[in-house]
Amino acid sequence: MNRQSRVGAWTALVVGTLYFLIPLAATFEFSLRMRRGTYSFDAYRVVLSDPNFQASFGYSLLMALLTIVVGVLLVVPTAWWVQLRMPRLRGIVEFITLLPLVIPAIVIVFGYLRIYNSSSLLPLTGNERATDLLLVFSYVTLSLPYMYRAVDASLRAVDIRSLTEAAECLGANWPTILYKVILPNIRSGILSGAFLTFAVVIGEFTIASLLDRPAFGPYLQLVGANRAYEPSALAIIAFAVTWASMGLIQLFGSARALTPQRP
Amino acid sequence: MTASSETAPQDRGPGRRAQPGPAAPRAGRRDTSSAWTWLGVLPFFAFALLFLILPTAFLMIGAFEDAQGHFTLANFRDLLQPGVIDAYWISFKVSAASALGGALFGSLLAWAAVQGRLPGWIRPTLLTFSGVASNFAGVPLAFAFICTLGRVGLVTVLLKKYADVNLYATGFSVLSFWGLTLTYLYFQIPLMILIVAPALDGLKREWREACDCLGGTAFHYWRHIALPVLWPSIIGATLLLFANAFGAVATAYALTGSSLNIVTILLYAQIRGDVMHNQNLGYALALGMIVVTGLANGGYIWLRSRAERGRR
Repeated sequence: MNRQSRVGAWTALVVGTLYFLIPLAATFEFSLRMRRGTYSFDAYRVVLSDPNFQASFGYSLLMALLTIVVGVLLVVPTAWWVQLRMPRLRGIVEFITLLPLVIPAIVIVFGYLRIYNSSSLLPLTGNERATDLLLVFSYVTLSLPYMYRAVDASLRAVDIRSLTEAAECLGANWPTILYKVILPNIRSGILSGAFLTFAVVIGEFTIASLLDRPAFGPYLQLVGANRAYEPSALAIIAFAVTWASMGLIQLFGSARALTPQRP
Repeated sequence: MTASSETAPQDRGPGRRAQPGPAAPRAGRRDTSSAWTWLGVLPFFAFALLFLILPTAFLMIGAFEDAQGHFTLANFRDLLQPGVIDAYWISFKVSAASALGGALFGSLLAWAAVQGRLPGWIRPTLLTFSGVASNFAGVPLAFAFICTLGRVGLVTVLLKKYADVNLYATGFSVLSFWGLTLTYLYFQIPLMILIVAPALDGLKREWREACDCLGGTAFHYWRHIALPVLWPSIIGATLLLFANAFGAVATAYALTGSSLNIVTILLYAQIRGDVMHNQNLGYALALGMIVVTGLANGGYIWLRSRAERGRR
């Protein structure tokens, strides 16, 4: 009985590992085949030296950072305020933050294109800078479920009421409390949310493409439609970037386990 | 802007500006007026209204209007044309197949890692990898599967060379229904693992031991103990997986271009170039997607609450 269940578990694990590793191995193998007859890193060299790669990756990097900053500024005060003062709003706020998982991104961006077009009250698609702003806001919307849950969970793990009241007694005003007391206590939650946001945003295709911005996702799609070996190299790079962001979450997540023991 | 007056009905104070609430002075008093308290959540509700609710509401209303803005249900009647129904049907099939497959294999893998008494390092490794793979969707994933199962993909070539199986002679194509399903599983299975692993943690080892002591078999254990506890999580997660696949665009678009007629790709083409020659029909198409993903998520919530009530 005991042994039998272990055999089943190993079988499931081996089959699963094969399913997940073979595509990665195949992609890697293919990315090395650019030079005829021998393995080389030519495809990576070509990709990394492509000015369009650098420009689009840099652009998406900037958008991801702005998304994280705006997201933190929006989510942290809200989650803190709701827990502290308006617990009865928790249900509705949580529901709203989960809506982006219900409403597909393509539908949300479709709505943007209709209500923020150049003839509307708020013509956010009118010029490029404004569209960049709209792209950042759309990414903040996309990342709302991850960011809110990460921040809310870490707020729940610390006694924010006592912390806030203690800071109040010492004469701190609200921005000081948020920045100097609350933020350091939930740093690991914010970082988890931030890296998850980063992983979601960096290669995002649908919204960037429909808003016509020169982001990494549309660039990937374009290269994929026109080149042979470069796409596989890009896929490996994208996988490495995703892996790095998740690795950083693990790193800060484990650091988080240590924090409660501090006096 | 009407947004602020709608989100903070209590905010009737004269001359109060919509500054970020937590920064507002005096708000810390125990007897704060509710107007000040509401200011704290105003930025969030304003943001949600502007970038989530209004855009969606606009499409929902537009779906019930004709080109002149009069109320009509004609858009939904027009949705019943063969091209659109096919698109919904293929989307439904791919989403259902990848959700069921993801749920099955994801649960098995999660069970193996959590309850399978494997070496300790396997569980954290699997969960970390699941975090990565569930986010490895979109264009790069499509590239990976073309390299694997495409016409000159590694698996296709190796099967032909060593096993003498010509994959493409069997009618398989990575651009087809099965190809897309197999590709979607790459992010569906990890997502399932992430959702179900905590639920599996809730299965206490004593339950299994109690079952064994009373002479129960593995079948008895699963039929009468484990599955009744797990099924809301499993069914709920399956519905979430379904909604997840139904709204996906990038993977399918990069994989198949526009050769596979699924509803997100149709909507993408409609947004790009009004291929259905009727803006309001596009809104109806979008509303149809929200209804499907909304039902899937609503079903999940309903199942969960019902199961919780049943256990009490």
